[in-house]
Formats: sequence, C-alpha cells, structure tokens
Amino acid sequence: MAGFDKVVTTYEQAMAGLTDNMTVLAGGFGLCGIPEGLIAQIKKMQTKGLTVVSNNCGVDDFGLGLLLPDRQIKKIIASYVGENAEFERQMMSGELDVELTPQGTLAEKMRAGGAGIPAFFTATGYGTPVAEGKEERQFNGKNYILEEAITGEFAIVKAWKADRYGNLVYRHTARNFNPMAATAGKITVAEVEEIVEPGELDPNEIHTPGIYVNRVIKGNFEKRIEQRTVRQK
Amino acid sequence: MALTREQLAQRVAQELKDGYYVNLGIGIPTLVANYVPEGIEVMLQSENGLLGMGAFPTEEEIDADLINAGKQTVTMSKGASLFDSAESFAMIRGGHVDLTVLGAFEVDVQGNIASYMIPGKLIKGMGGAMDLVAGADNIIVTMTHASKHGVSKLLSQCTLPLTGKGCIKKVLTDLAFIEIKAGKFHLLERAPGVSVEQIIELTEGELVVPDVVPEMSFA
Repeated sequence: MAGFDKVVTTYEQAMAGLTDNMTVLAGGFGLCGIPEGLIAQIKKMQTKGLTVVSNNCGVDDFGLGLLLPDRQIKKIIASYVGENAEFERQMMSGELDVELTPQGTLAEKMRAGGAGIPAFFTATGYGTPVAEGKEERQFNGKNYILEEAITGEFAIVKAWKADRYGNLVYRHTARNFNPMAATAGKITVAEVEEIVEPGELDPNEIHTPGIYVNRVIKGNFEKRIEQRTVRQK
Repeated sequence: MALTREQLAQRVAQELKDGYYVNLGIGIPTLVANYVPEGIEVMLQSENGLLGMGAFPTEEEIDADLINAGKQTVTMSKGASLFDSAESFAMIRGGHVDLTVLGAFEVDVQGNIASYMIPGKLIKGMGGAMDLVAGADNIIVTMTHASKHGVSKLLSQCTLPLTGKGCIKKVLTDLAFIEIKAGKFHLLERAPGVSVEQIIELTEGELVVPDVVPEMSFA
C-alpha cells in the first residue's frame, strides 16, 4: 500500500490487528450484503470475546452465525435474531449477551458514532423495555429517550465496487447498514465484488467516500438467499 | 363469519389513498399489496432500504441483492429508489410514511401495542417495529380478535412487553374494525355475519358500541 491505495490481497492483511474482546461493527441485513470472506477470516483467527454490532446474527451455518459454535461472540447488539437455533440456545443459557435494539435506532447509533455525535434523542422505544435506564425528555410535548452512539475497533462491510482509494458503491438493498458501519469503525475493511482504478467510479455516485475506509479486498461471494420467493410468469 | 386473512388484507386496502407511501409489515399486512384498489397508485416502503417495492421476481429475475424486510426476494417498481438503513428510518421516524400496517399480539385502550416478545418463549427482537409505531401517525394494526382459546387480545392493559406506548389508533381484527380514543375502544364496523354481542364478548378492554354498527363491505 502506498498513498491512498487501500487494497490488500490477503484476508490475513484485511483483518490484521483484530484481537480478543474488540467491538466489530458488521454491515448486512439478514444474509444480504454481508462481508462473507471477512467473517470467515474471523472464524479462522478464532478471535474470542467479541462484541458484534449487526442488525442480525446470520443463520446457523452462514454469515455471523459461523462465529457462534466456537463461542467467539460474547455480546451482540442487534434488532432481530430469529432463525438461528444455536443463537437461541446460547442466548437462553446466558452464554451470549444480547442487547436488542430497534432497527432504526441501531442504524442511527452507528451513523452518529461515525459522525462524532455521542448521543441522540428518539421517540423509538419510549415506554418499552428498550427505555429502561435511559434518560427521558420531552420536546414539544412528545416523549423521547436518549440513545448513545456506537463505534468499534473494527467495521467490516460489503460493497459492490470499490476503487483503490476505498471509495465504495453498493448495489440494491445490499447497501442496508454497510454505509453506517463503514463510518464507525476505527479500522474499516471493505470486501467488494470488483476493484477498479481511481477515477473509474463516477464521483456523483459514490455512496461511501474513501476517507472512511482503511482496507479493501476483493472477495468471492456465495450470496445465499434466505427466503427465495417467486411468482409464476 | 370471521374475516379470512385475505379479507383482512382487502379491508385494509380500502384505507389506501392515491399517492400514499405505505409500509407493510410481515404476514397479513404483506397481502394488502394484492388488493390496491384500481385507479390509485401507492408506493411500498421496505425498511431495509427500498421505496417502490414491486412484485415477487420470476425465477429468472431473482437477485440476491434485492430483498424486502421479510428477507424475501422482490423486484423494484418503476420510479423506485434505494437507500441505506439510516435514511430508511429517517423516513419512518420523520413521519414521511403515510400509512403503516403491522401485526400485534396485544393492543390496549391506551393505544399501547405489544408485538415483539413473549418472555421465555419468543425472543426474536423488534426489528423495525418500534421505529415504525413511534414514527408513524397513521397506523393500522391487523390481528385476530382473540387467541385460539378465546382469550381477548384487545385489553384494558397490555400484559406483554410493549413495542410502543400510546401510538395505536386503529385496529382491524377478524371480527371488527375498532378505533382507539380517549382511553376506550370504539366499534366502527363488524365483520359480515358477526354480531355485536360476539365482539363485546371477546373484547376485554372497555368498548363503546354505537347504536348502529355497519357490516364491512367487500366489493
């Protein structure tokens, strides 16, 4: 690497510096838009005690679910954790600490974290278990709770295209949490389908500017579909 | 006769207005898309980051990068737009969605809703439901009026952990269309062939019944 060139060629380089007990923010919604190879690398490294921030925790044999059998995750902050038997077992037995967080609040926590905003008020969750222990305040007669931002030592994201400078473009609904996660990692690693030269991506159409991205690696994606739903022609 | 799932969707669809941006929850709400009245246009918002959700794809059209909030493969309608999750919930929280339709386990006379957790039994998480009920002004809850064992889901006070406090004003069940105001349920319509007495019997929270309760009509 030199100058603004963020490209690395091995997964060891991509995840170098990840150690036990770190916080990792992961992009993806369900199995859509997840950094498959970076997750596999974390499994290979056997890093333990991780706090993972992600909308979901994959399924039993794919996505972040791969980090469960070896008990690599200590705590997860997510909005929806169904469809995963091992996850449920670890949650019920208390081996896994789960902080259920509303989806929009989770997105905003990462956005705020990346934008240097320590906390924000939201009506979401007021009067529910989510509000427990949080400061409440009224604005214009409406009730809000104070939610704190999230940042992490690492962010792992999946993009469609990157240039060598780390500018990212996502595709369709595989964008989801990736742009917010990318801003909130101290080291942000993007696994992408295609890497092009600087200047080849239209600056008007870049979703994540390279300033947020530290490393880029080209991956090969399975892109597993959770709910294959079709209509007849 | 209690409404079928299809009829519930049909009745909700009658509330759609031309030009509405609509978020449909998983389950019965999803079926509403099949009954958009002729001559009106609505655009469906899927909170994972799509405005302008189209039909399910054909086998050839399937794209792993294009799914809805239920993680099902979908297509985009003409004029669709794509965005990230923060933007998606800015739309929702900011009150830009005209109608939200979602399911629930319980609703009470204060407009509280419980829909995401049964302690010790079902702990899957709230997904976007808490944001949706907190941000939307116009919400219709669809659910069965009572459990299989005849236990009312329209209560004086919710027993399960809340998804939102004081945010529900309209509930459509398989038996009745009900409005919530001033701490009471108000019976607006009944399902065809369902008597007012049946509805009173299965409504635990205080229910105001007007002299005339029209039957729902389905074209």
